[in-house]
Amino acid sequence: MGRKANWSEKPKSGPGRKARKQPAPSFPGMIGSGPGGGGGGISKHRKKKQFGGPGGKKRSSYPQNDGRKLKPGQPYRKSNESKKSSKPIDKKVTRNVRDASDSEEDEEEKQVMGSNSEGDEGMSDNEPTMETGSGSEDGSDDEAMQDDFSGSDGEAPDSGLEDGDQNGDGQKDEDKDDKLTKWHKLANINGSSDDADKIDFPEGQEPTFDVQVVVDRIKDVISTLLDFKTRREEGRSRSEYISLLTSDLCQYYGYNEYLMERIMQVFPLGELQDALDAADAPRPMTIRTNTLKCRRRELAQALIARGVNLDPVGKWSKVGLVVYSSQVPVGATPEYLAGHYMIQGAASFLPVMALGPQENERILDMCAAPGGKSTHIAALMKNTGTLLANEFNKDRAKALIGNFHRMGVKNSVICSYDGRKLPEVMKGFDRVLLDAPCSGSGVISKDSSTKTQRDAIDIQRTNTKQKELIMAAIDCLDATSQTGGYLVYSTCSILPEENEEVVALALRKRNVKLVPTGLDFGTPGFVNFQGKRFHPTMNLTRRFYPHSHNMDGFFVAKFKKFSNSNPVVKVDDEEEEEAEGSGEQE
Amino acid sequence: MRPLTEEETRLFFEKLAKYIGENIKVLIDRPDGPFCFRLHKERVYYVSEEIMKKAGNISRDNLVCLGTCLGKFTKTKKFRLHITALDYMAPYAQAKMWLKPNAEQQFLYGHNVMKSGLGRISENTVKYSGVVVYSMNDIPLGFGTAAKSTTECRHTDPGTIVCFHQADIGEYIRSEDTLT
Repeated sequence: MGRKANWSEKPKSGPGRKARKQPAPSFPGMIGSGPGGGGGGISKHRKKKQFGGPGGKKRSSYPQNDGRKLKPGQPYRKSNESKKSSKPIDKKVTRNVRDASDSEEDEEEKQVMGSNSEGDEGMSDNEPTMETGSGSEDGSDDEAMQDDFSGSDGEAPDSGLEDGDQNGDGQKDEDKDDKLTKWHKLANINGSSDDADKIDFPEGQEPTFDVQVVVDRIKDVISTLLDFKTRREEGRSRSEYISLLTSDLCQYYGYNEYLMERIMQVFPLGELQDALDAADAPRPMTIRTNTLKCRRRELAQALIARGVNLDPVGKWSKVGLVVYSSQVPVGATPEYLAGHYMIQGAASFLPVMALGPQENERILDMCAAPGGKSTHIAALMKNTGTLLANEFNKDRAKALIGNFHRMGVKNSVICSYDGRKLPEVMKGFDRVLLDAPCSGSGVISKDSSTKTQRDAIDIQRTNTKQKELIMAAIDCLDATSQTGGYLVYSTCSILPEENEEVVALALRKRNVKLVPTGLDFGTPGFVNFQGKRFHPTMNLTRRFYPHSHNMDGFFVAKFKKFSNSNPVVKVDDEEEEEAEGSGEQE
Repeated sequence: MRPLTEEETRLFFEKLAKYIGENIKVLIDRPDGPFCFRLHKERVYYVSEEIMKKAGNISRDNLVCLGTCLGKFTKTKKFRLHITALDYMAPYAQAKMWLKPNAEQQFLYGHNVMKSGLGRISENTVKYSGVVVYSMNDIPLGFGTAAKSTTECRHTDPGTIVCFHQADIGEYIRSEDTLT
């Protein structure tokens, strides 16, 4: 639970990466010096380059050197020598600029009228929709044009100019650079209205590295998809738009394609960008008062005296505090060491609140480390009854020992079993909390490697493990318990594979039913998802998202076990279960 | 997991008596049901019998911890109190010291207590007896051994050590892995 993390307020080192200014674009002398190299022509041309151009290759503001020089399959390189080598051909080049922009203007008009025509340059340059996507056509154009600028062979030379320093690490850049925005505005004004809506599909091999292009295109595609009937381009199918959007979002946010596709299925398009943006931003730090040792008001006073700026977390919790800023490390104050509070995300309160532990019960926490939720349970039990905290990983179990003792939990037993074996060890619990290991797709701000590391196999594995764990958890429950018989299943993932599907399996294979979680906010779980129909009571489960609830992505489902016997399953079901069981053993 | 042998019980109680003296019997006769001391992997755990019975299901290898760990037997068969025992020692401590706020930090980093940092000290503290160290707002910070008796403390100069450090709650962060 980040006990070792450095919670101290970090001084801001700069304006923040989202506010980073883009350096002013520099222009090679030749354009300015060229006869009548006016803004209008260039901006229009630039727009063309950004939104069009063959093969989605690197766009450049060098008209004479746009993508045509790059053959399909030719490696993309930013080379200084190509820049240098382009200089000696000044005159030729500027003449060509004129040519190109003129022909483009013609082209544009014609395009508005719906007729497409002529001109090698125009064709390859401006009419990506005309392209069949085959490299050969581009290639032939390239060949044809190559002679003109033989000096600057091979590369878009200004690659470093306006986007060289942004694209390197794929950083998100919502820059408000004057000149660039002016360019874009100009481009939009000059461009025909038809063209403004038009989305250019990069059909070649190489993706564009210009962040601004990608950002604009994401917006355009999303707005098109939201109003598909009227805004679509003739002959383009929805799937084409979707795949373009996927690849652009992957590039912009740094996800791998699989995870992005899954996330796109979870969120409606209108929310998608909000959700992705919010997933990257860290959530506010929250602390939970340890009611075994002190009260929230006393704790708040003590911390304020130490220079911590905090507030209650909200009406829904009586023990939570949000820390806005602090002059001291919140994870190392004497109050922390004395166990007066625990640092844990606001979302981590939810499963325990849903579980609603009572005094003198037997409660099991199956995946307990580092102990934030377990100590919360113990606090609600007021150190009575029995709390069995299980953690498979022995190293993480050490954190559990530390936290339990620090927080003064005395009614606990900590053990280190594989959760799937627990029913063989002990049964008859009144309540079970299963905070299952998951892909972590809800807590990307804590571990951004999730974005790139999770693929279909990982999800499949966690899914299998979760299914086995939830079966074991239900088996540990005692349905005849006077006060309980409840299971809370939670994950810090937003993918339905790890949530609704697991819940659905539990509903099928065991005598459990879903009951309201008792949390008065959160989005209901999916009843239908991607053509799958889950049990209608699935809307009793709760999902939490960073962008709508300002807490980590989370899923909470509460079950009540109504019979200790298992439902009679049909033969084919049983076979299926066998297959599931033997599918992915780890 | 097993009960302490006679020899172990003697060693353990001797050590505990240094800090809480007669109050040991409060730990044994509790109003809220019987509690017991159990030895597991050379550690002494203090736990209610009810929980102890339930923990009996768990195999030795898989049992990590139960109840509260009070300390461990060293390889030379001496008993060593852990900081985790503080919860039980602080309420029953016979000798106490209170630290000034600026000395708190020093103690939490594992240093001895100087006279200059001493805010208050309980009367009749005997030299070399166990003391529980508090902050001025009564948060128990750890425990140690009194290097000076109460009267000696009064007449000594600010630089001298009045309490030898034994354990402090800073260990929850400093040495989490070796806590118990």
